[in-house]
Amino acid sequence: MSRFPRLALIISVLVLGSAAHGDSASAEPAIALGRAALPEEIAAWDIDVRPDGVGLPSGKGSVKQGEELFLQQCAACHGEFGEGAGRWPAVAGGRGSLTDDNPGKAIGAYWPYVSTIFDYVRRSMPFGNAQSLTSDEVYAVTAFLLFINDVVGDDFVLSPETFTSVRLPNANGFYEDDREITERALWNREPCMINCKSEVMILNRARVLDVTPEDAKGAGSVD
Amino acid sequence: MDNGTTRSQRFGRRRFLGAAGAGTAALLAASAARSATPDPAITEVQDWARGLGDGVATRPYGMPSEFEKHVVRRDVEWLTASRQSSVSFTPLHSLDGVITPSGLCFERHHAGIADIDPAKHRLMINGLVDRQMVYTLDDLKRFPGRVGRIHFLECAANTGMEWRGAQLNGCQFTHGMVHNVAYTGIPLRMLLDHCGVRTNGRWLLAEGGDAAAMTRSLPLDKAMKDCLVAWAMNGEALRPEQGYPLRLVVPGWEGNMWVKWLRRIEVGDQPWHHREETSKYTDLLADGRARRFTWIMDAKSVVANPSPQAPLRHRGPNVLSGLAWSGRDAIRRVDVSLDGGRNWRTARIDEPVLSPSFVRFYAEFDWNGSELLVQSRAIDATGYVQPTKHELRRFRGTNSIYHNNGIQTWLVRPNGETENVEIS
Ligand code: HEC
Repeated sequence: MSRFPRLALIISVLVLGSAAHGDSASAEPAIALGRAALPEEIAAWDIDVRPDGVGLPSGKGSVKQGEELFLQQCAACHGEFGEGAGRWPAVAGGRGSLTDDNPGKAIGAYWPYVSTIFDYVRRSMPFGNAQSLTSDEVYAVTAFLLFINDVVGDDFVLSPETFTSVRLPNANGFYEDDREITERALWNREPCMINCKSEVMILNRARVLDVTPEDAKGAGSVD
Repeated sequence: MDNGTTRSQRFGRRRFLGAAGAGTAALLAASAARSATPDPAITEVQDWARGLGDGVATRPYGMPSEFEKHVVRRDVEWLTASRQSSVSFTPLHSLDGVITPSGLCFERHHAGIADIDPAKHRLMINGLVDRQMVYTLDDLKRFPGRVGRIHFLECAANTGMEWRGAQLNGCQFTHGMVHNVAYTGIPLRMLLDHCGVRTNGRWLLAEGGDAAAMTRSLPLDKAMKDCLVAWAMNGEALRPEQGYPLRLVVPGWEGNMWVKWLRRIEVGDQPWHHREETSKYTDLLADGRARRFTWIMDAKSVVANPSPQAPLRHRGPNVLSGLAWSGRDAIRRVDVSLDGGRNWRTARIDEPVLSPSFVRFYAEFDWNGSELLVQSRAIDATGYVQPTKHELRRFRGTNSIYHNNGIQTWLVRPNGETENVEIS
């Protein structure tokens, strides 16, 4: 298929786009569509929090208050100590296991930023009753999650003032995608076509572990 | 596509047919096959050829034939604690061509399917813009610059169960967290320009309107390059499970970023490091450190037929069929092997070849009933060659969950039964 029609389209979009961009300093948009968002509307939806604390609401909560709330509203799924009930996710434990065969990736073991806990619980927990907690409650339960992950003591109070003083153990455990450098060997090699290896051995089979639902299997019969 | 046959490839092709066994003999036997008794499917008048069928509009929204009932999305119950935070898989082994039917596109939800009244849906753009705006769907559909685009969407966790070895028996389960759909919408760039991104704007936060309020940080450059805000898939409104009434389209990048039920885009000067880009969707490597922002999906392919749920049923002529895709550039070539990677032959890539999109490849072969080890290997226009699982593990270890694009092997037994295996 020719790529030229698509290229032409992209160019026209670029032209249109930059025309609109030129106007961007003015108060009125170039095209009369949509309307200005009201401050109350932005406040209702813009609840995200960043690692530097930008986006935090006012309020505070202690480990003690958080424990009570966690037992009432979270422990049924996440376990009393955050260990995870049944197949529900663990929210604590696993420290120092990132190179193990079965690494724990809960908050204290893996997460880089406290803001992520606050933001995530605030927007989506408890599961099935999202955005029902007050700001103080989110501070408190975040403080409790930090406590059961051995990051703060049992007298800790989380607030905008104490927020950026807390660092998670794995804060330095992440780096930007470097596949194009470290996996460079996967590019521009001439793939072998004939006699590429002498023998082929089967190392393992899915059947041994057999996890496939019964009715999804194809029976073998050949003509 | 690159179909130029060099001498070595022609030689490779002969070897390939040879490896499939006494192909010519089987082929002759098959074409000479004769039926002893007349076929009642021909000699008897069938019910459907005598009486009248259902009239028009009996099925106002058409559904597949009742004989296709088995072609459905499936889940693996023990994978997750709740169906609201779970995944169902595309039945790749039952499909053909490059477009995934809307009702068969895999699902991944974090708080179930939001059931949104489009009249009450809003898209807000706020943050570092000159004008913080609210749009209705009607507003979006009146914007100039509407486009249609065909793109694959692959979950970064597709094939994530297979890092340590063969696990799930079926390409629906090993590779079914991917689909390829024709979208209609407007370039995100149109909207951002409409609001006037401030000069310090570098990142976007896309947010969903579901009970997970899913968020992902997206660099502004990507948004300006080729992202869409889409309301239609395959010619009709998005399906609820695919984000009705509005979703983000992020071509070539991991599926989690294609925020469904899109309700807000914030412009900022830094990434947000939210849960889905820290706790999840980061790639833990063998040394205990993790790559983040691994957005691009590398070149990958899989043979869908044969595969464990679609075993071989006939000796003689057969058609191997599969899919290949790359988030970096167009797929340039796909090679297939029937002997576990000892010998390869370049497959035939069918039209259309779009990017980033599925391409469909075929390789005709004769089967004499001997054991086969079927593989495919995709090469994209950046020169990237799909690695073996061993090669990939050398770079990544076995704990990364995400971005497993290693070469898949299916073992076909003499009775046609096909199994997921890992080979040396
Ligand atoms: C009904 C079960 C349930 C309850 C109750 C619940 N959660 Fe969750 N929680 C989940 C599920 C399921 C997920 C994963 C959701 C997904 O798929 O994204 C989760 C994820 C989390 C995570 C992120 C885990 C990770 O490793 O990424 C945190 C933190 C969390 N919950 C905290 C809480 C807190 C705090 C409460 C109480 C206010 C709570 N949860 C109540 C089910 C529950």
